[in-house]
Amino acid sequence: MSNLNSKKPVITKRRKFLSTMAQSVGLSVLGGMVWTGYIEEAKSAPLILRPPGAKSEPDFLRMCIKCGQCAEACPYDTLRMAKPGDNKPMGTPFFIPRDVPCYMCTDIPCVPVCPTGALDEDSVSVVTEGEKVLDINRSKMGIAVVDEESCIAFWGIQCDACHRACPLMDEAIVLEFKRNERTGKHAFLIPKVMGDVCTGCGLCERACVTEKAAIFVLPHEVAQGKVGDRYIKGWDANDEKRLNDVSTDVTTQTKRSELAPQDYLNSEEVLFDN
Amino acid sequence: MSLSRRDFLKTTAAASAAAAVGIAVPQEAKAAAAQAESGWRWDKAACRFCGTGCGIMLATKGGKIVAVKGDPAAPVNRGLNCIKGYFNAKIMYGADRLKQPLLRVGADGKFDKNGKFQPVSWKRAFDEMEVNIKKALKASGPEGVGVFASGQYTVMEGYAAQKMMKGGFRSNAIDPNARHCMASAVVGFYQTFGIDEPSGCYDDIELTDTIVTWGANMAEMHPILWSRVSDRKLSNPDKVKVINISTYRHRCSDLADMEIIFSPNTDLALWNYIAREIVYNYPESIDWDFVKEHIVFAASPVNMGYGMRRSNEKSIKDGKYTDLEMETISKEMVKIVSEKEAPALAPYGYKAGDKMVNKPAGLKHWEISFEEYKKFLAPYTLDYVAKISKGNSEESIESFKKKLKALAALYVEKNRKIVSFWTMGMNQHTRGTWVNTLAYNVHFLLGKQAKPGSGAFSLTGQPSACGTAREVGTFCHRLPADMMVKSGKHRKIVEKSWKIPEGTLNPVGNQHIMKIHRDIEDGVVKFAWVNVCNPYQDSASANHWIKAARTMDNFIVCSDGYPGISAKVADLILPSAMIYEKWGAYGNAERRTQHWRQQVLPVGDAMSDTWQWIELSKRFTVKDVWGEQPLRGNKKLPDVIGKAKAMGYSEDTTMFEILFANERAKSYKKDMNDPINAGYDDTDSNGDSRGVIGSDGKEWKGYGFHIHKYLFEEYANFGRGHAHDLADFDTYHRVRGLKWPVVDGKETQWRFNTKYDPYAKKANPNSDFAFYGPLAKALSQGDLTGIKDKTKKGLKNKAKIFARPYMDPPEMPDSKFDTWMCTGRVLEHWHSGTMTMRVPELYRAVPEALCYMNPGDAKAKNFKQGELIWVESRRGKVRARVETRGRNRVPKGLIFVPWFDEKVFINKVCLDATCPMSKQTDYKKCAVKLYKA
Repeated sequence: MSNLNSKKPVITKRRKFLSTMAQSVGLSVLGGMVWTGYIEEAKSAPLILRPPGAKSEPDFLRMCIKCGQCAEACPYDTLRMAKPGDNKPMGTPFFIPRDVPCYMCTDIPCVPVCPTGALDEDSVSVVTEGEKVLDINRSKMGIAVVDEESCIAFWGIQCDACHRACPLMDEAIVLEFKRNERTGKHAFLIPKVMGDVCTGCGLCERACVTEKAAIFVLPHEVAQGKVGDRYIKGWDANDEKRLNDVSTDVTTQTKRSELAPQDYLNSEEVLFDN
Repeated sequence: MSLSRRDFLKTTAAASAAAAVGIAVPQEAKAAAAQAESGWRWDKAACRFCGTGCGIMLATKGGKIVAVKGDPAAPVNRGLNCIKGYFNAKIMYGADRLKQPLLRVGADGKFDKNGKFQPVSWKRAFDEMEVNIKKALKASGPEGVGVFASGQYTVMEGYAAQKMMKGGFRSNAIDPNARHCMASAVVGFYQTFGIDEPSGCYDDIELTDTIVTWGANMAEMHPILWSRVSDRKLSNPDKVKVINISTYRHRCSDLADMEIIFSPNTDLALWNYIAREIVYNYPESIDWDFVKEHIVFAASPVNMGYGMRRSNEKSIKDGKYTDLEMETISKEMVKIVSEKEAPALAPYGYKAGDKMVNKPAGLKHWEISFEEYKKFLAPYTLDYVAKISKGNSEESIESFKKKLKALAALYVEKNRKIVSFWTMGMNQHTRGTWVNTLAYNVHFLLGKQAKPGSGAFSLTGQPSACGTAREVGTFCHRLPADMMVKSGKHRKIVEKSWKIPEGTLNPVGNQHIMKIHRDIEDGVVKFAWVNVCNPYQDSASANHWIKAARTMDNFIVCSDGYPGISAKVADLILPSAMIYEKWGAYGNAERRTQHWRQQVLPVGDAMSDTWQWIELSKRFTVKDVWGEQPLRGNKKLPDVIGKAKAMGYSEDTTMFEILFANERAKSYKKDMNDPINAGYDDTDSNGDSRGVIGSDGKEWKGYGFHIHKYLFEEYANFGRGHAHDLADFDTYHRVRGLKWPVVDGKETQWRFNTKYDPYAKKANPNSDFAFYGPLAKALSQGDLTGIKDKTKKGLKNKAKIFARPYMDPPEMPDSKFDTWMCTGRVLEHWHSGTMTMRVPELYRAVPEALCYMNPGDAKAKNFKQGELIWVESRRGKVRARVETRGRNRVPKGLIFVPWFDEKVFINKVCLDATCPMSKQTDYKKCAVKLYKA
């Protein structure tokens, strides 16, 4: 019941910062040369949120025939089809959570209607007692991140509007209780996003009471880092599950190892000053 | 209007006009304008919303409130706020603020009940009110004029309203929405302590080891207090225990060490189970020194009904209630004792299947022996209580029993400090008074009451339910400072202070808020005025009251800042100044009184409710209201005009001159050099730069004296020296509130404890406690079934432990209406949402009320998440969306639908059964059926 000692990973602002950095680095390196094309790919596509069950962005773009049936099926008008000016790949479905989030229908009407499998029913289903059942909680539309600077819960305000709005409350967003030394008698109740549970529905972003949302959904590839497989947490028995798909190609390469041993050894470089 | 603001306006206007035509402005004037434009002023105030009573600071610039911050110096919140408090700067500026009086008129421009609202002058508005009040007085006497009052009144507004109603119109039909939220707590206090309001204070949170929430979702309804509870838990997580007791899982369970989900109404059984454990299984834990010296045991009738209408009432006889409704209402007269309640009623001589004939019992109670109390407790064994109380069908009985034992063990544990908090779950209850007193029982037996860190503590819902509704006494039965209209002695004290003839005040005070609605439906109340509340949205069985107001011969006035359901129902709407557009004071749940100054001018032609009451008083003279007046039941109020003349008044002296602009009032001069006044507007006392055309058709220039200081000081004098001592007006403008009684400049943290409360020390100098409250302090003697010896024995300085059994509520799920329905609030919205639904961020966060349902129930009924369904009771129905996830996780067989959303008008579904003692509605329990919309 209590989340006082929550030790689960937390998506922090740092990751968002790093991904933004990566984008701007890309921009400055490429300069004006392929400017327009770059904007389309880096600015629109990576920040676009797709319907539940969408394949990875390159596969999705390949498979989506822009028929609009998913948007048609959405009872909340969450899904929109990109028009000229939306700055998104034309005719593809997307949603903007601050306007209309995904309300996480349990019967997921948008997915089974997809004629091509660009929206993959299996990825939002579970098999129970030999039967495939839709499970919206498995969807991975994106991931919510919190900007600690503008989130007023970090100021000590009793808000947590995102937590209460979360359809997977206490699983996808948990509250972390911390003492407020400034007042000496109040506690911070701080929202923490559980990256492995968050579906990216955006109900939190919609509910956030700051002028521009302090919690917002980003596509996974933009928001999340990835740790390597070669270290397993000694304090978390579940962590070794990562070894299930581990690659046995263990060879490492750096600039230091680029020479074959003999080439290195037979070279007198470094030993004698010229 | 203040000098600084006037200067600012003049200078900025000159500067911009000059710039427009290219004239050079002297540098000095330019600099002054720039400074005025960039500058803002901070001043302290109290938060508009709940009973926590957080202190805030408001930034004013250009005549508007532009920002808010938590007041770092405020002891309650130390600079923090919840998200409602966070938006205090936005609540007055919704685009649809009411700016001028609106009257329903026909094509001929005359008042027409079926006409459309059209703007009218303040003069016309008061003309209509005057005519219709005179008509109502003629038709029904003083009982024909009613007021829906408020726990959100400022102290001064409540006092002005009460003075004109009770002293002027001689009507006690003024009752606040606080009746719906606190009345059971009040009667609990009166019966137990003989005086209203909590013994402890919020410091108990930091001092206690155990926090038990009983029907109190503090995490959403008192968020700042909850953050203090959270901090206390974090300070010592192993020692400090938090227990959440509720009929469904809510946000408090997040922090709790243990959650107990009980079946609706069985909190009565849970408290008696703990008491039984103490008395039967842990007798060594009883603080006998305390109990013997300070406690008597008491009992009261059980067949007292459920506060519904009775068969002899006009609208029942006229057939205004359907057969379906009568299925429930009939239990007001006779009910059959159920298997569930039979064991608890056995000591009273009832068995399952017996007919219980209900009779109004009032507040009657009598003393019994400890042995009799012990006999009363006998049925509450673990087996019986677990069987009737377990609220989650998916929890095992063993698990539930284990929790009950653990709960009792925490209370019993020697040296463990424990605080029991409750709010609406225990107050909105057809046995609300009972369950309040049962809480004190347990704390008293263990000697854990009125001590730092230990006590049963009733939290308030509204910002001034304590400060105004209770302390000022804007209830039908009350007068200021815990005095009662039925007491001749108390009426005399008030008549003397108000300089009105002896015999003016009406001794019959029974028109509580539901009775006012019912009296409108019965055609008795012909004029009703809504002040700072939304009774047509917030009252249960709403369809009846709306129909009565709109279709019968009556005149309903609604004063409000925004248009809501009550305004829609009204015949005349008056635009009210909102919270920081007037001087005011609120009193919170820990007896803390907090004042603020008028920060800005009201929008449009809006004026304060204080002003509206005082202007109305100008329309009534001695001969209009102080002649002989009829009351129901062939009673009469005497003609006091002769006495009035003897006091120097004439037949034509107005109530304004007597009640508001008298010699004492005029002695409170408005000195604009006084640092408290300097630089601040006071529309009521001085008029303001808007030049609003007032009730006489002339520009409003102010009363010319400090009306707010006068009203506050005259009111405060009633309590001074009577254990309700308030500090003086000026002091409150220097400090961040003080907890009364304020004696020798010092506030009181724990009442009745001689170490902390000077009144207790005085009452019982050589003891540790004195429960000195004066009400019901002499009792006849008897046993559980009744009085056996009518001789009254005094119980000076003592408190009471009551024998009060578990009983069923009048309406429970059955085959036709198979689900429990509970209503309540959400953190994001305040009450009926008139303010918070206009704050864009809060509206976006929670735009509509949802029907929280167990996923198993939704599946069984084939409802999809988010699907619209009908929620229908015997009284009405609404459509709401199914929510099986989210903040409230309800057990099977129960739904929760919040009431802030007028589009999900859940009070059409709720039942207006009340606690028969406190008259507080039970919004937490009725039976509904659910089906696809």
